[in-house]
Amino acid sequence: MTPGGWIVLIISVGSVTVLFIWCLWLVFTAPEEPERLHGFDTHTPDEKKQAKE
Amino acid sequence: MVTKGIGHERWNSRLGVILAVAGSAVGLGNFLRFPGQAAQYGGGAFMVAYFISLLLIGLPICWAEWTMGRHAGSRGFHSSPGVFHVFVKSRWGKYLGVVGVVIPVVIYMYYVVIEAWCLGYAVNFLTGQINFANAGEAGEFFGRFIGAAGDGVAVGFHINQVGGFLIVVFLLNFFLIYRGVAKGIEWFCRFAMPALFVLALVILIRVLTLGTPDPSMPENNVTNGLGFMWNPEKVLVERQEAGTWTKVREVLGEPSIREAEGEAAADPALRVRTVTIWEQLSKPQLWLAAAGQIFFSLSVGFGVILTYSSYLSRKDDVVLSGLAATSANEFCEVGLGGLITLPASVAFLGVSGIAGMSTFALGFNVLPLVFAKMPLGWLFGFAFFFLLFLAAITSSLSMLQPGIAFLEESLKIERKQSVAILGFITAVGTGFVLYFSEDLKALDTLDFWVGTLLIFILATTQIVVFAWGFGVRRGLEEAAKGAVFRIPSVFVPVMKFVCPIFLIGIFALWVLVNVFGFSFTGGEPEISGYVKDLFVTPNAVAWMSVALVAIFGAFVTLLVARASAYQAKPTDLEDTHP
Repeated sequence: MTPGGWIVLIISVGSVTVLFIWCLWLVFTAPEEPERLHGFDTHTPDEKKQAKE
Repeated sequence: MVTKGIGHERWNSRLGVILAVAGSAVGLGNFLRFPGQAAQYGGGAFMVAYFISLLLIGLPICWAEWTMGRHAGSRGFHSSPGVFHVFVKSRWGKYLGVVGVVIPVVIYMYYVVIEAWCLGYAVNFLTGQINFANAGEAGEFFGRFIGAAGDGVAVGFHINQVGGFLIVVFLLNFFLIYRGVAKGIEWFCRFAMPALFVLALVILIRVLTLGTPDPSMPENNVTNGLGFMWNPEKVLVERQEAGTWTKVREVLGEPSIREAEGEAAADPALRVRTVTIWEQLSKPQLWLAAAGQIFFSLSVGFGVILTYSSYLSRKDDVVLSGLAATSANEFCEVGLGGLITLPASVAFLGVSGIAGMSTFALGFNVLPLVFAKMPLGWLFGFAFFFLLFLAAITSSLSMLQPGIAFLEESLKIERKQSVAILGFITAVGTGFVLYFSEDLKALDTLDFWVGTLLIFILATTQIVVFAWGFGVRRGLEEAAKGAVFRIPSVFVPVMKFVCPIFLIGIFALWVLVNVFGFSFTGGEPEISGYVKDLFVTPNAVAWMSVALVAIFGAFVTLLVARASAYQAKPTDLEDTHP
């Protein structure tokens, strides 16, 4: 591994890692839409349609 | 007039859709194809071209797809024909979307077979069936497992055959798809993606602490493995034949370079030459490889992101979500895949043991041999192939949803019916790929014509429709709705001019090299084997593979033509979502 190889490795891995962490930080700190706070949907699409009918 | 599609599904959370899209993008290519391509095309030089391609092709198409999908979804459309029906103000626009259904469904037909290989290898490691002593044993096991020796050989249900594993993964995919985007895809990805990250980090730590496994071969070590992957300059031993210098091998590390220089001093036909980063960047094939890797790795041009983002509401962010999914894929590819596969292989087998290996050979022949030589290799072998299985299943799930959405939209049917129809179609296609396993001819042919050629066509169509048909400034305004931040204005000229030109240029290069066999090194052009299989020395399996795609394409076109969902004038379509 040459010094140039270490530089490329650190810049490449570092930049994608920083970008990934920054995106995660934004996702976790951005306010969620109120209607999305109800948790997981527990019905399949067909069940939901039947329930509506 | 308001035209409303029948799908009313929604993602449950922003994180869920990001993990689902990232899961779609993260696949075998991140851990097997990327390291092989980077090492083959110049390491550090490849990374320069790779990141430029990410900015000029990857991100622009990704944001365009997210925006187009959400916009069409708010008008009740979730399939590629529906998206193009909304965006192209012509009654013929919907036909542009046919390719967006054909691509993911046909790719699923063979991708699920590869997914079954991964699960099969994980189970075989766990049960101690894989403990190879040499490359011959590894190759023999792989050939038997996938049925490379002859057609029909892979159809079997022994632990050493792929058939049983294929049934398991096929049914698992359709079970999750039946449960819907939130309860099936999103639920699964919320567990699978973190598990994938943890497994990859555990394997990464193990690989980086391997050191020099065999002290009698000091050049085989992790540092040289990293150098093989990342060094921007390459040191080559070349031999002069008929007046031209051809590469013999790459050498790494001071002792090996000094030894090579000694050989060159003793033999006038040999020389040791350092290839600079600038020389490598001047080669068109490096740019073709880097752009191709970005393109296929991010799953742009598959028709998948169009469908996934159509389940967002118009208030949902697409800019951060698209960037986050892209960054997750890049982290897996560069930060994990780039540090695991080749360093581990070089540490045990040396540069000469892995040079020139194809993606499948690297993954299923070389790495099992590496794990067999590693302490607790059965555990790390299981972990690695289970990691590949998780990466593959989150991708294959995403390939089914566009087909499900299209069937429900065009036929106005419910989930049980759409799952049954798509299950039947893909079972026929997967059975075809499984049966015609000799030399992987069916899989290889479908991957070339659909998994490469059609993807280029769809991606180019999408960016042209978005930037020129819809209008790039209007498109960026649409993307900004509900966005955490806006797409930088520098992407206006990038999306309008640079990206389409770059894409068309790369596509032309690809056709020149891979179809017409043009050689940049000055060799005689030779028509691609894929073209020969159809027109020069016709191969029955290759023709049947193309016929399979054509029949499915005709079926989708017929449904598009007759579907009432696409009859309304595109200009009459209104927002039907909150």
